[in-house]
Amino acid sequence: MTEYLYYLLLGLGAAFCAYRAMISKHLLPSTLYLACVSALASITLYLLGAQEVAVIELSVGAGLVTVLLVYVLSVVGDDNLDPTSIIPKPLAFVLVATITILVTWMAFPLITSPSTSNEVMLAQVLWKHRALDVWVQVALIFSGVMGVLGLLSEKEHKTEIQKEAIPVTAELKKESHV
Amino acid sequence: MNFDPLNAVLIGVVLLLAVGFYGLLITRNLIKIVLVLQVLVKAVVIALVLAGKDSGNLGLGQSIAATVIVADTIVAVVALALAVQVRIRVGTLDLSKISSLRG
Repeated sequence: MTEYLYYLLLGLGAAFCAYRAMISKHLLPSTLYLACVSALASITLYLLGAQEVAVIELSVGAGLVTVLLVYVLSVVGDDNLDPTSIIPKPLAFVLVATITILVTWMAFPLITSPSTSNEVMLAQVLWKHRALDVWVQVALIFSGVMGVLGLLSEKEHKTEIQKEAIPVTAELKKESHV
Repeated sequence: MNFDPLNAVLIGVVLLLAVGFYGLLITRNLIKIVLVLQVLVKAVVIALVLAGKDSGNLGLGQSIAATVIVADTIVAVVALALAVQVRIRVGTLDLSKISSLRG
């Protein structure tokens, strides 16, 4: 019963923080609420026995992504968000309620008492059964880093081209005057 | 009423999914869409670990959850870099103003 309450409070807290992150008019508070969601999710994962994933989630979700979002906000600015939505909010609410009822109806009967049979360690699964996936992840991280470097360095590249072009045009103007 | 702790975790997962879907439907800001996607992926990660624990394959659930976290982080990084570029070139992050399609 106590464990049930812990998990329920963690879930409700994460959902509340996610809702606050969504309705906040500025992006910086939204980012901080998202970090709270990540921290609560990692506590839930830790209590479920997934310590490795909890550490990854805390360091990546509450750390890396938060720092990245704050950096992006420092570049683009934290403007007031337009409160009007893409589709009418009552329609969105009805759609989400339908999805929630369907997910609840499908998922809750699947939960049985947790079994501990054939328990395999994470390292064994990663390096023996899913070794190819691990290498694909490494390639994914590398390609992601390269893609971001390419996207962010495009502006500097353009300014360098413009700097090189300015003296040439100045020389052409001088020649035309002569 | 069944007070199985895994049911409480599933309630949290469903609530996070509902909030994430609602945010995805009403949000128009590009950066906020990335943020909402992060919320959805956190719900999925918890659900994967929950499914692993329930079926007795916690290691497998954890390994798939780690893969999802890595892929999601790369998606967030690339999407945020694209958002910066859109803001520099177009001057706004509003989806309805960015789209050039009319009809």
